[in-house]
Amino acid sequence: MKTRFYALFATLALTISGAHADDVIVDQIDKTFVIDGTEVESLTVSAGDSVSFRNSDPFFHNIFSLSATQIFDLGSYPSGESRSVSFDKPGLVEVECAIHPDMYMTIEVE
Amino acid sequence: MRLNNRALSGSECTRPSVWALLFVLSVMNLSVPALAGRADYQRPDIQPPPANNQTTEARVALGRVLFFDPRLSGSNWISCATCHNPAVGWADGLATGIGHNMTTLSRASPTVLNTAYNKFQFWDGRVRSLEAQALGPIVSDTEMHQDMDELIEELKAIEGYRPLFDAAYPGEGISASVISRALAAYERTLLTTDAPFDLWVKGDDSALSDAAKRGFALFEGKARCSVCHHGFNFQDDGFHNIGLPSHGEQDPGRYAVRPIRAVMGAFKTPTLRELARTAPYMHNGAYNTLREVIEHYNSGGEPVEGLSPMMQPLGLSTQEIDDLVVFLDSLNSINPLTETIPVLPQ
Ligand code: HEC
Ligand code: HEC
Ligand SMILES: [Cu+2]
Repeated sequence: MKTRFYALFATLALTISGAHADDVIVDQIDKTFVIDGTEVESLTVSAGDSVSFRNSDPFFHNIFSLSATQIFDLGSYPSGESRSVSFDKPGLVEVECAIHPDMYMTIEVE
Repeated sequence: MRLNNRALSGSECTRPSVWALLFVLSVMNLSVPALAGRADYQRPDIQPPPANNQTTEARVALGRVLFFDPRLSGSNWISCATCHNPAVGWADGLATGIGHNMTTLSRASPTVLNTAYNKFQFWDGRVRSLEAQALGPIVSDTEMHQDMDELIEELKAIEGYRPLFDAAYPGEGISASVISRALAAYERTLLTTDAPFDLWVKGDDSALSDAAKRGFALFEGKARCSVCHHGFNFQDDGFHNIGLPSHGEQDPGRYAVRPIRAVMGAFKTPTLRELARTAPYMHNGAYNTLREVIEHYNSGGEPVEGLSPMMQPLGLSTQEIDDLVVFLDSLNSINPLTETIPVLPQ
């Protein structure tokens, strides 16, 4: 009984924190960044949120950032695949595709 | 096709819609009529010129003279047209360029035709605009080996240039910025003209032979060329390492501009128009014929560091390679853009 209670508590805690840390899906379509069907050049998230970059083009993309705020390289991945990155530190993050560098957006982490 | 996915969070709810989308896409792919594909190959607008360099006749005229004037170089022997020669597809017919004092350059001279459509200039895309590009070769030690201040004094001393500069950029005098803008304005007019493929895109079914049509189907299908070479100019403003055989020192290519693993040894996807006039091919002139190029792709490329995951052995037959060559031949302008060498101002 006691263990069950703890398990329930843990699940609840996870659900609550999950509700706070958002995961925003950013699509790659026609070599542009798209959220919710609209092409975007910038996005604001809260520290702790994550962003999933979903490749909806028929070729590979390679999303990365070399910004002082956060450096990451999601590697090359094919059509249909998503890779996500969580943003923990407030600041401006410039995001680019290494293969198609005209794909560029900024993420403001608050 | 645009996604309109309202489910922004939680993978559980998005996954079914992704599958649904993939299903719809695969069904659509099977049923897309041949003509729908042709729309992707219509001539687009060029990249917009910067605000301070809207194209005018006077600017193009000045840029044309500068492009052919060897006095732009330190030796007074080399003009832009030495390496971007209208008689050789606006390239130079060499594996890699030859510059000041007969220095052999490390990269091939690309054609300047259709550079107005490109979002990036140079094999490694280190600059975006034609304006920014134009100053590079003039002051490069190995190309035109010129001192910019000296060049400006030299041009000021040539009487005949003054009215051209005044008409093109009134009140701006002669400066590096004005020289680069005039060259860029001229280059924006250097475009390929209709090739048999373009007539077919416009609806003339007889413009392509059966072999060329089969080649195009392979290009977009089994040979997967269009994954990188797509749209009117057959390029993607992208950078890929296609696993060329390398002799000697490895050129880091795009990696020198953006140190990301995936672009080690990657170069800009070049246009596939006017190939009949621009051999040898590739950034290092590795291949002399289109058949060699296609055999390279058929092998999947050398397993070098940075090799694009989009490079895979293709299993093309000899007949299929022939068809691809015939298709590439249909991308040559029927009446290529010609140019007469202008009278140089004195
Ligand atoms: C000595 C030979 C040489 C001369 C002279 C020369 N170029 Fe080039 N050009 C090259 C080479 C080689 C490249 C590729 C260099 C690279 O990518 O690093 C190039 C690249 C270019 C590109 C980029 C094309 C593309 O598709 O990326 C343009 C545009 C261009 N040159 C214009 C000019 C202009 C304008 C001049 C005169 C001011 C000029 N060039 C003089 C050899 C030359
Ligand atoms: C992974 C992307 C990719 C694919 C797939 C691809 N290409 Fe390329 N292509 C490139 C790049 C990048 C270059 C320049 C490479 C270099 O010089 O290092 C190139 C160069 C070429 C050239 C030389 C053009 C010139 O002016 O030098 C030809 C021709 C060519 N490709 C044809 C094809 C054909 C035909 C196919 C299909 C069988 C194909 N390509 C598939 C990216 C690709
Ligand atoms: Cu990309």
